[in-house]
Amino acid sequence: MNNGIAIRAEQLTKRFGEFTAVDGISFEVKKGEIFGFLGANGAGKTTAMRMLCGLSLPTSGKATVAGFDVYKENEQIKRNIGYMSQKFSLYEDLTIKENIRFYAGIYGKSDSFIKTKTAMLLQHLHLEGEANKLVKSLPLGWKQKLAFSVAIFHEPEIVFLDEPTGGVDPVTRREFWSMIYKAAESGITVFVTTHYMDEAEYCNRVSIMVDGRIDALDTPEQLKKTFGAQSMDEVFLKLARKAVRSAD
Amino acid sequence: MKQFISFIKKEFYHILRDKRTMFILLGMPVVQIIIFGFALTNEVKNARIAILDQSNDAATHSIRAEIEASRYFEIKKYLHSYKEIEKAFQSGQISLVVVFPQRFEQDLLHFNKAQVQLIADASDPNVATTLTNYASAIINDYQNRITNNRKLPYTINTEMRMLYNPQLKGAYSFVPGVMAMVLMLVCTMMTAITIVREKETGTMEIMLVSPIKPLKIVVAKAVPYLLLSIINITSILLLSVFVLDVPIRGNLALLVFESILFTLTCLAFGLLISSSTASQQIAMFISLVGMFLPTVMLSGFMFPIENMPVPLRVVSNIVPAKWFYYIIKEVMIKGLGFAAVWKETLVLVGMLAFLLALSIKKFKIRLA
Repeated sequence: MNNGIAIRAEQLTKRFGEFTAVDGISFEVKKGEIFGFLGANGAGKTTAMRMLCGLSLPTSGKATVAGFDVYKENEQIKRNIGYMSQKFSLYEDLTIKENIRFYAGIYGKSDSFIKTKTAMLLQHLHLEGEANKLVKSLPLGWKQKLAFSVAIFHEPEIVFLDEPTGGVDPVTRREFWSMIYKAAESGITVFVTTHYMDEAEYCNRVSIMVDGRIDALDTPEQLKKTFGAQSMDEVFLKLARKAVRSAD
Repeated sequence: MKQFISFIKKEFYHILRDKRTMFILLGMPVVQIIIFGFALTNEVKNARIAILDQSNDAATHSIRAEIEASRYFEIKKYLHSYKEIEKAFQSGQISLVVVFPQRFEQDLLHFNKAQVQLIADASDPNVATTLTNYASAIINDYQNRITNNRKLPYTINTEMRMLYNPQLKGAYSFVPGVMAMVLMLVCTMMTAITIVREKETGTMEIMLVSPIKPLKIVVAKAVPYLLLSIINITSILLLSVFVLDVPIRGNLALLVFESILFTLTCLAFGLLISSSTASQQIAMFISLVGMFLPTVMLSGFMFPIENMPVPLRVVSNIVPAKWFYYIIKEVMIKGLGFAAVWKETLVLVGMLAFLLALSIKKFKIRLA
């Protein structure tokens, strides 16, 4: 990866007909950084993220993810990223072990890798006894933590988290964030969208999207200083008030 | 390949864990064959009839004996007057009354002419027609036998032979029909639902972000249902041969090949549905309206296509089941070879290619 840059976007734009969902955004995410990607509903966060994950082709602009071009090197990007969507995405009718095996399997990981890593992971999550239980029998907080572990199981360079803590209680959210920190410490770049402004404070740097553009990008401390605000909540409200587009 | 195998494994977990659905998928063909074979049939067996014999002579006795001996009729009652006929029908037990007038044998011998009256309960017109036909046939048989002893000028005897299905068994036409229906249901509906379900739960998105190729996802989704269909084909054929006595006259390999071709066409259709819809209910609805109803109505299995108005006959041509039904009948029942069905096979191949191309194109557009 060149110069420790994990993600670079330049004038990245996506249009759906007349509608410009993402309007020429430019930013860089450093390797090992926790990058918060904020914005109201309909601001274009998900569309931007989908372009970076290779789910959607940009209309114009440039972007590289893990050093690979989003237009031409889609396959390499997919191999080097992990993704966790806002919807819970494990199979409820499969056991914990089977879910891990399946997701590791589609990343083409070897049996021995899967075996050792699964044992480590289960121990880490204190789920050794539950390995052969169906996922639907787990409480929601556990499911989310498991989903995150599965998203980084294949040791990607970057993990994209799309509102990962939606509907989770505060205690589990805190635990979840400590998992994110651990992942970042191990060198994984974390790109996370969220609604919770207290979570934005946990990020190294945050960008705030309004109407398809990035209106602010800095560390939480610096943003608060610039906008003369006490909390990220205030910063966000000041920016979001300018929005013309209505949230969907 | 490893990706592919872990994917197929996962699909099997889904199918095997959902016991109820699996039971329906594997049990349905068995139940349908049994229902169609023993309950829903146009054949009439052991119909209960009554006889009003006002003559009571040697001729009427031997006709009565023949009626009783046939497996179609069971003489339930002997009536004594016309008045009793109405009552007999109203009791609901009798569906046909055979009336011999007085001096039946004398008329027959002296005037060479006698009359028998058949009175049927036509509240069910099909049964009534069938019963009167059977009864007339028995009486004609008797007549032919006695006229052989004497010379009559100018008699034309029609001799009928029912080719391929001499006993006129309903099973001969519904076995291919049930095959078409079951394969369609398992393949089209289940593939459509299983792919759309992954879209609904969000797991499809995770897979599209992973390095696995979309085409692989689609093929891995289809493989388990192809296997299920092969099991179903086998159970339908075994049941029809050993339980319903429907022979497989043609080449078994050809039969299986055609069935798999049809299965693939259904899978491709399911795929097309799944890539055009976003919810399981809509997918189910489209597969039912788009595939199941046409299969039942327009394949020729329930209603003969020849009798339909021109527009429906034209529409029936785009129903894959119509071609499959025709092929299976030709191969299985008539015992014809590939030479007899190559045109129909080509139509199915064309449909398969078209559906597959369209659904792959749709799948790609969705990703852009």
